[in-house]
Amino acid sequence: MSIALVMFLAFVVVTLGITGWAARRSSGASAYFAAGRRITGWQNGIAVAGDYMSAASFLGIAGIIAFQGYDGFMYSVGWLVAYLTVLLIVAEPLRNAGKYTMADVLAYRLSPRPVRAMASLSTLTVSTFYMIAQMVGAGALVSLLLKDSGLSYEAAVIGVGVLMIIYVVFGGMLATTWVQIVKAILLMAGTILLSIFVMSRFEFSFPSFFEALTHVTYTENGVQVTRDFLQPGLRFKPPYGALDLISLGLALIFGTAGLPHILVRFYTVPDAKTARTSVVWAMAIIGTFYILTTFLGFGAATLVGRDTIAANGGTNMSAPLLARELGGEIFFAFVAAIAFATILAVVAGLTISASTSFAHDFYTNVIHHGKMKDLGEEVRVARITAFVVGAVAMGIAILLGPTANVAFLVALAFAVAASANLPVILFSVFWRRFNTTGAVAGLATGLIASIALILIGPSVKIFDPPIFPLENPGILSIPLGFIGAVLGTLIGREPEAEDKFDELIVRANTGIGAEKSTAH
Amino acid sequence: MKPLDDADWKRVAQTAEFKSLLSAKRRFIIPATIFFLVYYFALPVLVGYAPRLMEKKVLGPVNLAYLFALSQFFMAWAIAAFYVRAAGRFDRMVERIISMIRSWGRGE
Repeated sequence: MSIALVMFLAFVVVTLGITGWAARRSSGASAYFAAGRRITGWQNGIAVAGDYMSAASFLGIAGIIAFQGYDGFMYSVGWLVAYLTVLLIVAEPLRNAGKYTMADVLAYRLSPRPVRAMASLSTLTVSTFYMIAQMVGAGALVSLLLKDSGLSYEAAVIGVGVLMIIYVVFGGMLATTWVQIVKAILLMAGTILLSIFVMSRFEFSFPSFFEALTHVTYTENGVQVTRDFLQPGLRFKPPYGALDLISLGLALIFGTAGLPHILVRFYTVPDAKTARTSVVWAMAIIGTFYILTTFLGFGAATLVGRDTIAANGGTNMSAPLLARELGGEIFFAFVAAIAFATILAVVAGLTISASTSFAHDFYTNVIHHGKMKDLGEEVRVARITAFVVGAVAMGIAILLGPTANVAFLVALAFAVAASANLPVILFSVFWRRFNTTGAVAGLATGLIASIALILIGPSVKIFDPPIFPLENPGILSIPLGFIGAVLGTLIGREPEAEDKFDELIVRANTGIGAEKSTAH
Repeated sequence: MKPLDDADWKRVAQTAEFKSLLSAKRRFIIPATIFFLVYYFALPVLVGYAPRLMEKKVLGPVNLAYLFALSQFFMAWAIAAFYVRAAGRFDRMVERIISMIRSWGRGE
């Protein structure tokens, strides 16, 4: 048995222990969906970071920097700056005025059934697409990292899927939170260790580290080339490179604050002030992580070399191979186990947000008009949904196979969050005139525009050459989402919605009447 | 205490205290948001459309593009820190509003 497998199993044992502990502690809807709203600020901050930093961040961005230098670093910046939107605009009003999902805030003054149905559809779209991307990546990575144990892609996908279903079905939000906290701590520990090891090779001298980056040698189309990795232009090339990056930036800045699995985290804390503290903690961790990723990526470029990485699994293997170079098999196994933990924590967060939205928005409030005979039913439906969503994601990931190009699914998830979710969240708390027609139109336009632009874009090769030249549709789909919401609002007339605006803004800005944490 | 009814919510929204809370928040959040959006999007715009400028080496081998990208992290942290300080002020304004509502015999 390889060391990597032993470390994977150790993580599995610890997280199942957490799940068992959480299952015994929690009962009731607020405990299941929101961990009883008793998570503290720093805990939630670490959990937000653990929920957010996917394997695409850890392995993907390190890989992009290792292969494309500066452009990869520039790519990573938006993932932190996006949290300013969460901090300044979304987190506190959402915690004050909502219960379990973002639709709670919309349903306050709008007609609940159509708004919740559309919001739930958008949430399920974002979460499921993002989850499929994670699962395909997970399967490919885990089987690559555990190559010596002979684990197949299918077995890896099923393993990840079964674990995430167990965490969510039995442990609910409390288990998910602690899996995310453990993962974030492991991820930071690994990243800090790797960075220190990298710098030790340069005798902790930043001048000699940066000097080495100005001449990185590798093979390109059979020819050996030497490039300055600090100079831009290796990834984002004319004519559309800069525009694509701006479009991605828009999707990140507006989309992060509309990601359902991030938003649900703010319901797990006692009040809006704690939600604020947790965003600050998350920003400290996420920012440090992305700055250190530079050392991982540049370190892999200089110490391992692009050619060696390309021959041993490609860009995603940059950080693990760097670990092997610096600390041998044990460190490789440790970094591989971190990647595994990272994947599990993110997919668990996605699963619980999808199942919460289906059970709370769709089942309870759309089908049953918000009147349930049995209080336990909502949680039961959420558990079944978690199982179904997990099984569907596993099935699709196995059908797509390890070589499927799934990066566009991540772009799609952020684009939908930015173009459909964020405009309606903003308008519902900032625009008195906003109404149900506007919310439904905004959600629908943002959702359809994002999907359509991806379908006619360069990632999905239906049209060659593509009709829409950018991989990231945000630059067009976000304005469309806003325009849809505005036009819908102007067409509709809803005096009741305008009438209840005062109540919503008083609640959102003062926290009067906000959901309390539960004793247990 | 009696919970707030429809008329109470409207009454709170009309008070000078609540209005000044909203305008204090707006005075911080709107400029801060515009600033971080401009600062952030300046990065891809300058790197994409003024590459000569950004490739200029300013600190040994380190160029302007790298320093500007790195500065984004500190910009984000700085705005977060300023916000937390301002939010402490908002919290105190909220406390005054809640005690005002209590004096009406309303509350949770």
